Amino acid sequence: MKVIYNTLFKRTSTYAVAIFASAFFFERAIDVSSNLIFESINKGKLWKDIKGKYE
Amino acid sequence: MRFNMAGKLLNFGSKLFKSSKNFINAAYVRRSTSTNARKWTGARQKLLTFGALTGAAGLLMYAMDVSVDASSDCVHPSKQGWGHKGLLSAVDKEGVRRGYQVYKEVCASCHSLKYIAYRNLVGVCMTEAEAKSEAEGITVHDGPDEEGNYFDRPGKLSDYLPLPYPNEEAGRAANNGAYPPDLSYIVSARKGGEDYIFALLTGYCDPPAGFSLRDGLYFNPYFSGGAIAMGQLISNESVTYPDDKISPTASQIAKDVVTFLAWTSEPEGDIRKLLIIKVTIISTFLISLTYYIKRLKWSSLKSRKIFFMPEVQEKAKQESNKTDDCPK
Repeated sequence: MKVIYNTLFKRTSTYAVAIFASAFFFERAIDVSSNLIFESINKGKLWKDIKGKYE
Repeated sequence: MRFNMAGKLLNFGSKLFKSSKNFINAAYVRRSTSTNARKWTGARQKLLTFGALTGAAGLLMYAMDVSVDASSDCVHPSKQGWGHKGLLSAVDKEGVRRGYQVYKEVCASCHSLKYIAYRNLVGVCMTEAEAKSEAEGITVHDGPDEEGNYFDRPGKLSDYLPLPYPNEEAGRAANNGAYPPDLSYIVSARKGGEDYIFALLTGYCDPPAGFSLRDGLYFNPYFSGGAIAMGQLISNESVTYPDDKISPTASQIAKDVVTFLAWTSEPEGDIRKLLIIKVTIISTFLISLTYYIKRLKWSSLKSRKIFFMPEVQEKAKQESNKTDDCPK
C-alpha cells in the first residue's frame, strides 16, 4: 500500500495518470467480459454465428 | 395586570430553570425520538382495519370483474415462447433473415417498411454484398439532376425499402378503403406485440353463426371487431426457404416474419441488452465505491456529540456583559 501511495497517489499529476490508465484497462476488461457473457447467453442467434454460411 | 402576569411567568420560568439545573449536569441531551407519535387507540385501529378490508374487497371485485370480462371486440392472443423476450436475449438473426424473405415475397406488395433501409440489414441478417443486390432489385425515383430532370435509378444501400403505394389514398383505394399500415414499428405499436401479430396471421377461421361480414372483409377473431380487410396470406408452403431443414409451415412462416418485424421495431435491442450487462457491472462497482467514500467522509459528522450546558452559557454571558467595551 505504501509503495502505491508514494509512487502514484501522492502527487495529483501521477494520480491522474494512474486514473486514466486504470480506467482504460478497466473499461477494456468490462467490454470483453460483457461481450463474452452476452455471446454465451445468445449462442447461435447473433450475426457472427451465422455469417459463415453466407460470405 | 401585565406586571402581575410577567411576575408569575418569571417565577414559573425560574422554578423550571432551577429544577432543570439539577439533572442537566454536563451530560448530553438526547432528543426524544417519539415526541409526536400518536397512540393507536381502539377507535383509530378499528377505522384503519375497516378501511383496509374495504379496499381489499374492492380490489378483489374489480379483479374478478376484469378477468371474466368478455372483452367484446376481440380474442386475446395466446402467449408464445419468443426467443428474444428474455432480459438478455438477442433476436434470432436466422429468423430475421427468413422473415425478410417472407416480408419481401408476401407482405411487401401492400405493406411498406419505410423506416428500414437496406444498409440496416447489413451485419444483421445479410452481408453487404447481399444487401446491395437486394437494393439493386428496386428502382428509385431520384431527385433533380444538374439539368433539373427527375430520373429512375437502381437502388443503393442507403435507400429505404420501397413503398408499395405512393400515398395513403392510393393504398386505401387499392384495399377497399383500408390502409395497410406500415410495418416498421407494428410490433411495438400493437397491444400484444409479437403474440398478437402471430395470432392474427395464423388465426383466420370461419365467422361464427350470425356474424355479418361485408364484402371484401374477412373474419379474424383476434382483430378488433372481427372484420379485417386483409385476407389469409400465410398458409403452408406460401414461401420456399432455401434451407431444406426448415419446413415452411404456416406457423414457421408466421414466426419468421414476426421475428423480422420484432427486429425492425427494435433494431437496437441487442445492443441495449448487452448494455444491461455492462451497466450493471460498472454501477455495482461505482455505487459501492461511492457509498463507502460517502460514509467515510461523513463519519466524523455522524459520530459527533453535541452538549448543552446551561451554566457554561450563563457564565459566558455574564463575562461578556462585564467586558463590554464597545466604542460609544
